[in-house]
Amino acid sequence: MTTTTLAVLVPLLPFLGAAAGLLLGRTAPGFVRPLAVLPPLASLVLAALVAVRQGGDAAVDARTELTPTGSVPIELALHIDGFAALVAVLVAFVAACVQIYSTGYLRDDPRYPSYAALVSLFTSAMLLVVYSGDLMVLLVGWEVMGICSYFLVGHYWETPEARAASLKAFLVTKLGDVPFLIGLFALAADAGSFRLTRVLGAVASGAVDHPTPIALLLLAGVAGKSAQFPLHTWLPDAMAGPTPVSALIHAATMVAAGVYFIARLLPLFQASRAAMVVLAVMAAVTMAGSALAALAQDDIKRVLAYSTVGQLGYMTGALAVGDRGAAVFHLLTHGAFKALLFLAAGVIIHAAGTNSLAAMSRMRGLRDRIPDAYWTMTVALLALAAIPPFSGFFSKESVLGAAEHVTAGHTEHAPGAAGWIVLAAGLLTALLTAAYATRLWLLAFRGRGAEAPDHGRQPLTMTVVLWVLAVPSLALGGLAYRSLPGWFDGRDLTPTLLTSILGTGLAVVGGLLTYGAWQRTTALAARTPLGAVAAHPEGDAGLVEAEAIATHQPAYGDIAHAPDPADPGRLLLGPLHRTAAAGFHLDAVYTALFVRPVQAGASLVRFLDREVVDTYVRAAAALPRLLGAAVRRTQTGNVQTYVSALLAGTVVLAVAVLLVATGA
Amino acid sequence: MTPAAATAVLAAPAPPGFLSPTGVEIAFLLVGLVTLGAALVSVTTRQLVHAALWLVVALGGLAVEYLLLTAEFIAWVQVLIYVGSVVVLLLFGLMLTKAPIGRSPDADSGNRWAALTVAVAAAVALVWVVVDAFRTTWIDLDGPAAGTTEVTGASLFRHWVLPFEALSVLLLAALVGAIVLSRKAKADAAAPAAPGKEGAR
Amino acid sequence: MHLAYPAVLSALLFCTGLYGVLARRNAILVLMSVELMLNAVNLNLVAFDVWLSRTARETLHSGQALTLFTIAIAAAEIGIGLAIVLAVYRNRGTSDIDKLRDTAEGPETAGPDTEGPGTSAAEKAEATA
Repeated sequence: MTTTTLAVLVPLLPFLGAAAGLLLGRTAPGFVRPLAVLPPLASLVLAALVAVRQGGDAAVDARTELTPTGSVPIELALHIDGFAALVAVLVAFVAACVQIYSTGYLRDDPRYPSYAALVSLFTSAMLLVVYSGDLMVLLVGWEVMGICSYFLVGHYWETPEARAASLKAFLVTKLGDVPFLIGLFALAADAGSFRLTRVLGAVASGAVDHPTPIALLLLAGVAGKSAQFPLHTWLPDAMAGPTPVSALIHAATMVAAGVYFIARLLPLFQASRAAMVVLAVMAAVTMAGSALAALAQDDIKRVLAYSTVGQLGYMTGALAVGDRGAAVFHLLTHGAFKALLFLAAGVIIHAAGTNSLAAMSRMRGLRDRIPDAYWTMTVALLALAAIPPFSGFFSKESVLGAAEHVTAGHTEHAPGAAGWIVLAAGLLTALLTAAYATRLWLLAFRGRGAEAPDHGRQPLTMTVVLWVLAVPSLALGGLAYRSLPGWFDGRDLTPTLLTSILGTGLAVVGGLLTYGAWQRTTALAARTPLGAVAAHPEGDAGLVEAEAIATHQPAYGDIAHAPDPADPGRLLLGPLHRTAAAGFHLDAVYTALFVRPVQAGASLVRFLDREVVDTYVRAAAALPRLLGAAVRRTQTGNVQTYVSALLAGTVVLAVAVLLVATGA
Repeated sequence: MTPAAATAVLAAPAPPGFLSPTGVEIAFLLVGLVTLGAALVSVTTRQLVHAALWLVVALGGLAVEYLLLTAEFIAWVQVLIYVGSVVVLLLFGLMLTKAPIGRSPDADSGNRWAALTVAVAAAVALVWVVVDAFRTTWIDLDGPAAGTTEVTGASLFRHWVLPFEALSVLLLAALVGAIVLSRKAKADAAAPAAPGKEGAR
Repeated sequence: MHLAYPAVLSALLFCTGLYGVLARRNAILVLMSVELMLNAVNLNLVAFDVWLSRTARETLHSGQALTLFTIAIAAAEIGIGLAIVLAVYRNRGTSDIDKLRDTAEGPETAGPDTEGPGTSAAEKAEATA
């Protein structure tokens, strides 16, 4: 088979799996699990084959035009360079892991068939985005991911949180997608084509006349999809979905699509210095803000969600300094360790019966119940905190190194200001990341108090996946940083000494600070009993999680936050804690700025519709009714009246005829 | 049709005037007045049975008019069928529907003023047209009678045999229809209808 | 004899019958008025037949033959008509034409099925009163 055929099969197999799963889900339940697991595995093998054949050499390009589509042609095109090949491997890998994990996690879920089919469909859409060489086809995958995300976040639609979160995720990402679509059209109008290669060629030859507005419009869509400030608010709420969904969609793949999109079109963004600076500011605000918010969250998954936002900020930061190699490197390592973090968090939630860190910190011996999750989570948290030699260290240092490189002003492709912004924010975030990673670890595994409940061993499908994912989290960075430049733009990804010392040092400082704070506050835990655990701990993990999400608000008063004085984050953040827990009240600001005006406008429209438009409609009905009533009065049913009228008319006609005939 | 054309068709000498009527005309006028008066009373009286009886007078008067027009066979048929059976049938109908004997104040419907208007307008229009058309036309009643039984019978069975037989089929159908219509209740509801048609034959 | 005499008489009789048809309430009286109208037509037919048989030498006597037919048809009509009136009277308890208003749409558009029995009961009560 040619590389092109293999590449076409990669997104096609999960799509067929999804279609078959949706069709057979009810009639043949026995086929659901194979249909869910095998296509991603096959895709993984094929994607790996494609990557090997491509090998970082010249990009594989193939295209076919199904039908003429007017002035700007839309083609089914593939464009596989080193970025696409590696990201596809990552997507297929994480998707296969998540599907295997889900068979255990949603063991008893009645909606498992549709869930698995949607995950497969999502995987297919993401692979389409990765491989597509045509921006319109890319947009198709982009939007399919959006709708899959909507359905999967709302998987527990019985809970109001999940319903609200799915709607919010959909609407916020769509808010970004509208400018994104306009930007695509503007780009195609300037470049004369939707094909990636021709667009990039047009950018290189300076044929794109309006790079800044186009880049900013595209940036809005990217901010929505990749959860960058100010459109990031949907991601923490999207944690109301099942944990494997969070791992796949909201950590490893979908949110990375925006970063990947910019990486593909980076020359376009580089053509506009304004766009690069905006990108840098966006990345810096996202990184620092989300790290602060993560430090204050109580829900373990929300901590991870905010950390996802922050790590995505690193990637956009790398793009802002014009180093897409560093960005995609971080995307790869982050995809591995963040998927691991989420899946391990799913195991923890199942074992603890709660998703609240405050409740976990009052349990003793949780780590002994789930040693697999304990060890793999430790690895992943160390990777997240960028401690050498874990993979997160190498990718994050490559980002910081690129930023530092730009600050020196050696580069044409990125403004020096962007370098300074990204570097400063990145170093600050490194400190905060280590702090919240330490806090998470301490609260989850170093709890004191009652013995953690024993719910038996976790399913093998779940724990094996954790170890499989731990391998790249541990070793991917160290093994790959030398060979990756060959796949990417060729820029060196080796950590530089200065940023390595700075970043690692700050991370260690952050960890130690948190540990010290924890030492001081942990004694308070015994004095304020807290905690609510799921009512059905014997159920499968999905059920436990759904109950944990549903009970968090009634038990602690807020979905993100618990009144726990023993939280080291409270001591570290001080007065900032409350604000950070609420995500810096960005939701309230949006409510005031957008939701209320829209609702007011809706009620105004409703008023106009009811009172003004309907008045015309009612009048249009009332007039014929009045006329009808008037006419009906003549319909007495009395035969004599009718005959009288008939004969009177006859007489009148006869007289008229006579008068005419006689010429009178 | 103009009077000039009518006179041209007639091609007769100057017609007699209205002011010097013959005896037949006087008789016709007087009987006509009685007939019209009886008819008017018949449609206006408040006593239902009286209306039927005044109808007898009107129909009888018409029979006399037929005689005066020398149509004697028609006149006797008129007496036989109308005066003899139709009115009897109507009286039966009045009785079977428990029509009140004596004055009934609601014999006329609320439609009477509209009816009067229409009727008067129609009368004016018709009389105007008829007088305008036929005021100089003259019927010569001398000579052999135009409607003796012999003449009528000859024309009827020479020229009108087929319609005559078809008419018998119609009457049969009417007989069956009347029986079907009044069959459900008392059988005597159909009984008066049957001899009526037998008489018509 | 002037043709105008029978013609005017028949016209007046016809209009008298017309008035009766339109103004009378009892269905049998309406039938009587119809008879009057038919007779007015008969008079016309006879008068014109006599006139034509003299002036136009017409030997077919179509006017008289049609008169006979009309009389026969009128007899059949009165038989059927009376049977119908009797059937109506039996069903509705009245033979008043202006009470037979089932084709009228009521002010509140209640179904004719629900309306029918109520009105007929009321009419029965009215007729017996």
